[in-house]
Amino acid sequence: MTANLIGIAIIDIVFFTLLVLTAIAILRQRNLFAVAMLSGVFSLLSAGLFVTLDAMDVAFTEAAVGAGISTVLMLGTLALTSRDEAKRPRSALLPLFVCLVAGAALVYGTLDMPPFGAVDNPIQTHVAPEYIARTPTDIGIPNVVAAVLASYRGFDTLGEVVVVFAALVAVLLMLGTSGRRTNGKNGKEE
Amino acid sequence: MEHHSILRVVSKLLIPPMLVYALYVQFHGEYSPGGGFQAGVVFAAAFVLYSLVHGIDALTRVAPPRVLHALAGLGVLIFAGTGVVTMALGDAYLGYYALGEHPQHAQEWGIVVVEFGVGMTVATVMLSLFIAFASHTRKLDDKDW
Repeated sequence: MTANLIGIAIIDIVFFTLLVLTAIAILRQRNLFAVAMLSGVFSLLSAGLFVTLDAMDVAFTEAAVGAGISTVLMLGTLALTSRDEAKRPRSALLPLFVCLVAGAALVYGTLDMPPFGAVDNPIQTHVAPEYIARTPTDIGIPNVVAAVLASYRGFDTLGEVVVVFAALVAVLLMLGTSGRRTNGKNGKEE
Repeated sequence: MEHHSILRVVSKLLIPPMLVYALYVQFHGEYSPGGGFQAGVVFAAAFVLYSLVHGIDALTRVAPPRVLHALAGLGVLIFAGTGVVTMALGDAYLGYYALGEHPQHAQEWGIVVVEFGVGMTVATVMLSLFIAFASHTRKLDDKDW
């Protein structure tokens, strides 16, 4: 049991170290192509962390959407704009100050949170145990996540699907619906 | 990209398993991790890979944007329509118990149908987004890579 926990702790430390290193690499990199690829790496590492938390469905989504499709969409956007980040016009002192204050506030906020993984955390004592207890009799499917997503919280999921659809509508309104190739600088259609 | 035979062969080997895996994730989602969202993304990724190797025009011949847009709306309608059907059958909106005699079977039917709607919308929206971005860029020559 303790050997297991030590193993998980080592994996967590490795993942978090790599996450921080990736974030620093993203900050220092001026080439946006490399930044897009590194954000994909960041998502993949987060997916690994979700696996160590036993959140398979979230890990799967993060790997497929975060590391896969959004990287491709980011590269598609880069092809429409510039490949290099513009030079910073002013000094970085004010942004640094804002980041430090916001980060300190967030760290201060986590001090009030219950200890990680404790049995009496709110997440373990409210609706979650009820879903786990009732799914076999109510719904009768083994994947409780699917039961919560599609049945207990079906209305929320409907909202998510509408959001995805609305994102498409917004992009098509901005970029045009025809899907035909545009050519040249003035965007005239062929 | 006619000259990149390695890319063409590898993509030819990869795309069919990707599509089958997406269908597995979609319809096995009640038993294993996954569901409509993940399946839709994997399904779209197979088409994106096809487009990366063969070009955006080949993709729009296989999956015309007009059809994709219609299917994206249809997926939302399948989800929302399931709720209307359960209401018409006398239960609450998205209350799947009205869909069958056996309560657990009714729930499973409802989940399979709405997850199918989710998968359809997510796959077609992801693919349409990719086409919308990619069809605005210049055609790249082999040498530009």
